[in-house]
Amino acid sequence: MADDLFRALADPTRRTILDELAERSGQTLFEICARLSMRHGLGISRQAVSQHLAVLEAAGLVETRREGRCKFHDLNTDPLRHIAERWPVPDTPEPEDGTP
Amino acid sequence: MKIHLTSVFVDDQAKALRFYTEILGFVKKHDVPVGEQDRWLTVVSPEEPGGTELLLEPARHPAARTYRDTLVEDGIPLAQFAVDDVEEEYERLSALGVRFTQKPVEMGPVTTAVLDDTCGNLIQIATRPQ
Repeated sequence: MADDLFRALADPTRRTILDELAERSGQTLFEICARLSMRHGLGISRQAVSQHLAVLEAAGLVETRREGRCKFHDLNTDPLRHIAERWPVPDTPEPEDGTP
Repeated sequence: MKIHLTSVFVDDQAKALRFYTEILGFVKKHDVPVGEQDRWLTVVSPEEPGGTELLLEPARHPAARTYRDTLVEDGIPLAQFAVDDVEEEYERLSALGVRFTQKPVEMGPVTTAVLDDTCGNLIQIATRPQ
């Protein structure tokens, strides 16, 4: 699970896909491809985007659902908790840097 | 050479005519019986009555089903229509019960959205290029 997660996050295109799904969850493959191409200048084939989505899905970061005849992709950030569990982030913020 | 007519395959011509005229706002141009059950059925934009016609063609051919189903699954539209304001048109059509598979998104110079024509196709609307 953890290896899948880190492998999925290691690729900049896949991180961009996650950024776009964070902006709006529930996108068709067509919308994801259009966003990558029009907003990020990434001219990637539909097949390649499908493969990236498969990697993200294997890591649990993307989930798919069918609605009618269409397939939609949703973001799931739950697996990211594994990172914080492995390298815990302190709950309390650092003390203010006000003292000399 | 110019584009005089283009077509979409529709499940049901009568239903398609209602959707394309009553909901999208096109007007019927030709309606000629062909064979026993089909019609040569075209619509045009009221803004351009002499412009490109859209043929609402019966999707009876077995290949049409596979072709459309596969594209619809991935959200790929089969035609694109220009509108002045995608956001406004999205609101208007949503209020009429139209289902969108892609809500309006800014894509560089244009804004696009994708809707279900209820006759087996996805249609993209986009801001009219200036």
